[in-house]
Amino acid sequence: MIVVENLIKKFGSNVVLDDVSERIHPGEKVAVIGPSGSGKSTFLRCLNLLERPDGGKITFDGEVITDPKCDADSVRRRMGMVFQHFNLFNNFTVLKNITLAPVRLRLMTEAAAEENARALLARIGLTDKADAYPAMLSGGQKQRVAIIRALAMNPRAMLFDEPTSALDPEMVGEVLDVIREVADGGMTMVIVTHEMGFAREVASRVVFIDGGKIKETGAPAEMFGAPRDSRLQEFLSKVL
Amino acid sequence: MTAAVEWLVRQFTITFITGNRYKLFLTGLRNTLIIAFGAVIIGTLIGALVAMIRVYSAQSGKLRALDKLCGAYLAVFRGTPIVVQLLIMYYIVFAFINNGISIAVLAFGINSGAYVAEIVRAGILAVDIGQTEAGRSLGLSSGQTMRIIVLPQAIKNILPALGNELIALLKDTSVAGYVTVKDLAQAGENVRTLTAEPYFSLLFVAAVYFLLVMCITKILRIAERRLAKSDRR
Repeated sequence: MIVVENLIKKFGSNVVLDDVSERIHPGEKVAVIGPSGSGKSTFLRCLNLLERPDGGKITFDGEVITDPKCDADSVRRRMGMVFQHFNLFNNFTVLKNITLAPVRLRLMTEAAAEENARALLARIGLTDKADAYPAMLSGGQKQRVAIIRALAMNPRAMLFDEPTSALDPEMVGEVLDVIREVADGGMTMVIVTHEMGFAREVASRVVFIDGGKIKETGAPAEMFGAPRDSRLQEFLSKVL
Repeated sequence: MTAAVEWLVRQFTITFITGNRYKLFLTGLRNTLIIAFGAVIIGTLIGALVAMIRVYSAQSGKLRALDKLCGAYLAVFRGTPIVVQLLIMYYIVFAFINNGISIAVLAFGINSGAYVAEIVRAGILAVDIGQTEAGRSLGLSSGQTMRIIVLPQAIKNILPALGNELIALLKDTSVAGYVTVKDLAQAGENVRTLTAEPYFSLLFVAAVYFLLVMCITKILRIAERRLAKSDRR
């Protein structure tokens, strides 16, 4: 579904992604792990063109999205994204956060979008927060709303950029539960995460990025159980 | 005591009643309000547009030429006194038009736009980049994201600074008399000359400006409170 070929991304003279190739199949749940500054978030942000690649090719659903003629907005409509810092729209209520994009992009009528949003809110148990503003929610609540805001666009794939890193420890579980539920629904997902336990449990495949390169990839059991790459061994010994 | 009262009554009479002089003040007030109101609209439109161009250009690297042009506009209109700008507009740029009020609206509007542009730009930059990224990640265009998500939050943050600019603008219009406009300050000066008495005419004009500023302050405070509703915790 997402094919990345020889992806290169530089910030000035700093090469953040160095010739990265990767193939993500429909329904896969790929956990991207690696040390800070390894390029894993940049990799994720290149997938929906929040970062413009400096080289290489990315294909999504058969469409070459790195082509300059490709409409990035239409790509992003089909690829949901969840951020580390939630990024709910502070000037809108929870309900409006969820309905805003589908309505403004004329994908749904106001009424249909609202019905859909309320159903999604019920799924995460936040029906009573529909008219609250983001500032009134806890971090865990914000992130759960951010997830269903992305789901409200009916995306073909979901990208998660360290979705639990900015949360208080007691709120991590509720957010992971929602992500797990999305995964169980069959969604294609790419998750950049530091939650190794979660990666092991939910991911169908783990990708280890270090120094802007994919050093190793495989099923969670072999990646965590019998890592071959020396940098991965070193990384796991520190985080597990 | 009676002498003082007599003096007050006489001053009041020659300032406002003799020759229907109160009408001079009314006309002056009307003209001042027209100029200030018109200039605020022009200034806000120019300011928001210039700010968005500058921010967009800085973030995307596009529209370089337009960005340079905006920079030159800011330099020129913040770098020269408003009275000089007003005179140049009246006697050079629009020498063929003989309507002081229209030219004053334009001159004050263009001048104010330069200050508003920097205020708005600061406001936009102060909105977390994550808001923009979230908007774009949902498939909204950069224009939609700016208009629906970033700009409203920016305006909330800059309201006090915009209020300052609004107040300064209102008082700046008191130099419109340089291009033959009969504004409020000019009315005071006019009546001072007619009556040969400075007290009532000038102090009255000062009081009217003061009241206008108080009104603006009040309105801004209400607007601020309205916009702060998303801040409740």
